[in-house]
Amino acid sequence: MIEMRELRKDFTVRVKAGRLRRAKRTVSAVDGVSLSIGRGEMVGYIGPNGAGKSTTLKMLTGVLTPSSGDVSVCGLAPVPQRTRLALRIGVVFGQRSQLWWDLPLRESFRLLRHIYRVPAAEHAARLRRCRSLLDLDAFLDTPVRQLSLGQRMRGELTAALLHGPEVLFLDEPTIGLDVVSKQAVRSFLAELGSSGDVTLVLTTHDLADIERLCERLVVIDHGRVVHDGSIEALHARYGSRRSIVADLAEPLPDGFELPGTTLAGVTANGHRVTFVLESSTAGAAVAGLVAAVDVRDLSLLEPDIEDVVARLYSATGAP
Amino acid sequence: MGELRAYAALGAAQVRSATAYRTSFVVELFANMGATVFDVLAVLVLFRATPALGGFSLAEAMLITGLSAAGFTLADFAVGNVDHLKSLVRAGTLDAVLVRPLGALPQLLLMDLPIRKALRVVFGFAVLGLAVAANDIDWTPARVLLLVVAPVAAAVFFGSIFVSSASLAFWWVDSGEVGAAFTYGGRDFTSYPMSVFGGWFRGLFAYALGFAFVAYQPALALLGVPDPLGLPAWSGFLSPLVALGAAAFAAGVWRAGIRHYRSTGS
Repeated sequence: MIEMRELRKDFTVRVKAGRLRRAKRTVSAVDGVSLSIGRGEMVGYIGPNGAGKSTTLKMLTGVLTPSSGDVSVCGLAPVPQRTRLALRIGVVFGQRSQLWWDLPLRESFRLLRHIYRVPAAEHAARLRRCRSLLDLDAFLDTPVRQLSLGQRMRGELTAALLHGPEVLFLDEPTIGLDVVSKQAVRSFLAELGSSGDVTLVLTTHDLADIERLCERLVVIDHGRVVHDGSIEALHARYGSRRSIVADLAEPLPDGFELPGTTLAGVTANGHRVTFVLESSTAGAAVAGLVAAVDVRDLSLLEPDIEDVVARLYSATGAP
Repeated sequence: MGELRAYAALGAAQVRSATAYRTSFVVELFANMGATVFDVLAVLVLFRATPALGGFSLAEAMLITGLSAAGFTLADFAVGNVDHLKSLVRAGTLDAVLVRPLGALPQLLLMDLPIRKALRVVFGFAVLGLAVAANDIDWTPARVLLLVVAPVAAAVFFGSIFVSSASLAFWWVDSGEVGAAFTYGGRDFTSYPMSVFGGWFRGLFAYALGFAFVAYQPALALLGVPDPLGLPAWSGFLSPLVALGAAAFAAGVWRAGIRHYRSTGS
């Protein structure tokens, strides 16, 4: 569905060098990215600010011309065949609206039917589905400028899907949304992806989006792919482990060791301890702990993807 | 076919958006016409000071002004708002236009069609009509055709300037009002007989850049008056060709600009 080979985008920036002189400097926003994404895949594309996520998406959608490398989406070259490609993809830019500011949401949808030349029956069927899944009915006749961000984002998602795209690109679709709206957007996308017909590429800073939606995770930093695989593979690769947090009746005795774990933290005057599981199973570690000290409360923490990704970003470091 | 209907729907949506705020729409409709009225008054005022301008009578000069005004108001209405491009480039909102299955330029123009400037076009053509009536023109089929084609050619010419100067924003985000020197400056320049300008200034703008063919040469051809600057009588009929040349140039600049578009960081 999507092929990228050695894709690059360079920008020239002028930096001040002295009072009047400006020096030219070339910055690679995307620095040789090769990826292949198949039909029906749901791919999370993440990276720190300025990593090149949006730039990649804009090259895939025909907005930006690549500096070098090959790219094809749905078998088309995005920039030369921009309008043909546009009929087959849907795009949601979290920070740009596709809707008509002064017109009711319903009008925007009607216009998009003309723009994408969608047969009326197909259009009506898709709109009906989005209306029920995204609860649009309450604000369908409200001008877009009066919608809340969450309502508008639901409108944007609908707008991107009314022509039945084969690939859906989402650039930070949950940015700025409250928890409820985020949930609504995520479950809608999960439902959409479960059919297996739509390929979905999503950039985000909210890793909960990825955990909920994407089997495949591509991490990009400084314009290069630093990880491509499942979330589990990312945990395995960066050695993220589960941990046990226990509240104790008495402070932990000095020099206490729990076999197969390492002590990662002691807080609350020694009453709360965290053990990271190394070679031990969770069961064995809990049994060992309960046998040795008086445990009041206990919880098992799954590895936190935020931590892994934060470590990944800092490991690849600044150039 | 489907594409045309899509463009029509875009234009209709713009009309509905513009009329969403009804009072301000009517006020601006008339305020906008006022601006063009003053342009024409400026020419009339000049003739209060002098009975002839560059060898032309008031009626003859008004024909030049009328052709220029009709062409400019039409271009300004259809294409003038393309200068909003610089804010779209600055904010990166051109992205939304580029992901739709339609040409970027027609979309921009239709989504930003200044309905509020509609009365200006009526006024521009009214000036042209009055000027034609005020002159004693020896009508031939060729002159009738020229009268129809010349304002359209003038509009294409001005439109090309609007598009080319707006495209500067692709390379130079702070292009500011540089374009206005050529668009509004061009309109003022073409409102007068070329014979009032002098030297290299006239050579550059009138002939090298083609502004003489917008209103001045067609007006001479309509009037059957020999050109005091020596160009042959048929040169007035070149105005559509000059306009097409300008349009081709504008299309090239626009395409190069789109390829050079950088969008913004997010």
